[in-house]
Amino acid sequence: MSVRELARDAASARGYNFAYLDEHSKREVRRRLLKAVAIPGHQVPFASRELPIARGWGTGGLQITLALIGPDDVLKVIDQGSDDSVNAVNLRALIARTTGVWTTSDARDATIIQTRHRVPETPMTAAQMLVLQVPDPEPLRHVESGETRRRRMHAEGDYSAIWVHLFEDVVRWGEVTAASGYPVRVHGRYVMDPTPIPRWDVPKLDRAETLYLFGAGREKRLYAVPPHTAVEPLEFDDLPFAVEDFGGARCRRCGSARSFLNASYDHETGERSYVCSDTDYCERCAATALLSGEAP
Amino acid sequence: MDTVPALLRIDALTKIHGAGCDACVALTGPQAGANVCPRCGSVVACADVSLEVQAGEIFGIVGESGSGKTTVLRCLYGDEAPTSGRAYLAPFDEGRADLFAASPQRRYYIRTHLLGMVYQSPALGLRMDFSSGANIAERLLVVGDRHFGRIRGRARALLERTEVPFARIDEPPRRFSGGMQQRVQIAKALANDPPVLLFDEVTTGLDVSVQARVLDLIRELRRRLRVAMIVVSHDLGVIRLLAQRTAVMKDGRIVEVGLTDQILEDPQRPYTQLLVSAQL
Repeated sequence: MSVRELARDAASARGYNFAYLDEHSKREVRRRLLKAVAIPGHQVPFASRELPIARGWGTGGLQITLALIGPDDVLKVIDQGSDDSVNAVNLRALIARTTGVWTTSDARDATIIQTRHRVPETPMTAAQMLVLQVPDPEPLRHVESGETRRRRMHAEGDYSAIWVHLFEDVVRWGEVTAASGYPVRVHGRYVMDPTPIPRWDVPKLDRAETLYLFGAGREKRLYAVPPHTAVEPLEFDDLPFAVEDFGGARCRRCGSARSFLNASYDHETGERSYVCSDTDYCERCAATALLSGEAP
Repeated sequence: MDTVPALLRIDALTKIHGAGCDACVALTGPQAGANVCPRCGSVVACADVSLEVQAGEIFGIVGESGSGKTTVLRCLYGDEAPTSGRAYLAPFDEGRADLFAASPQRRYYIRTHLLGMVYQSPALGLRMDFSSGANIAERLLVVGDRHFGRIRGRARALLERTEVPFARIDEPPRRFSGGMQQRVQIAKALANDPPVLLFDEVTTGLDVSVQARVLDLIRELRRRLRVAMIVVSHDLGVIRLLAQRTAVMKDGRIVEVGLTDQILEDPQRPYTQLLVSAQL
């Protein structure tokens, strides 16, 4: 008997089914996911379950992970790029204790990565899945308050309101101001909210190797971007979409200039410096720099 | 006889609000003097409405309030689903496909690409809190124009054509006078050059001098753009000024249709005679 089988037995001995959810709930999530994958970018309603964490704290992503995870999977959970934030630690502990799977912080080793607000910097492969926690799945929420009308707009492909919103943004501010959750068009059809990932991560969704799954537990919606699917940010021809520009800044820890950076300020001097948002990527960069003898 | 295929054809359009019964259409209409079915209480907003509009023509629909003229426009534009009937538009599937039977996505295409609507109330046709420029831009964005500078240039030209001061392009229509709101709405409807424009009581509620300017604008558009229009009004003066042919509606039915001059000078039906004599 392997260690993992032991862990699985231990989970059931504590009175839980494997991966916490009962099999009917898992089946519900899987069926809805199949539909979501079949209609890229389309929000599919699902029977969202009560969980031992509060709604709005990642229950959508958690249900996807619990429904898909098997005993041989390797799990990574990140919150805003970090493996060590409270939310990530607790979700990882819950999944690990009720499944007995191995966990990791290395994005290359994981088969399932559950995340909040970031896509890992390390390119993902066809053998992996990224599960995103979604606070609000509706890209039309700022432009239309009625849910019935929003469903109709999606059905008719009527995205004029969101375009007018972008247009008005440019008139007022000279650019599209959305800093996160930048609206994208998936497979030339549905407009989708890619969750509050920074603009930096949006191009990673386009024609990717990896399956992206999105779960909103409180809003009871699932959606998906299958591999090799076109994901295009809504943009004007003369004002193309651009990712964040850090003005050539480098991470003060690993020296990388090719990752999404968080700014921080020195309490004493007030000096601004940057550090990678993705801690796993940063650590590996720092190790590489150390081995090659370059100062970070 | 007219052998040129019509740009727009409506066949036997019927709209019933309520459950409806077999007798609804038979028991309502001008001869019954009512549009409420005495048997089931359903409201027959319009029934058996058929008409044709040629390219470049202004077609008038006149009638008292509640006669069903706005319902005809709303059904055509897709704001309401008709109970029965068919409609054909030459640029849509070469005039072979019924607009009313089209899927929601195709209906959306029709209302954004092939039709332009100007409502009686500008609040229905405009986003009052967005700038006038963005309101006009909406129609261009919908048909796939994605060039910010070009869209803005087009909005400027349209506001110029509809005599809205360009300096106010970035102001929301909420701050405008009623006449100016109406002209922004017309500019929006025109933005992507739809082959058919629908006007619903565009001058109602405007003072007389503003009415005159809006009517001048519509005539100017017809002269310059040769676009076909359906103009709905209860005001025979508006119809006389704009429409070459006119249908008179009462209790949800067309009671008379013909050349506008003929209808106004030599009305055939008793109701039309009453309407014309009441106006003059």
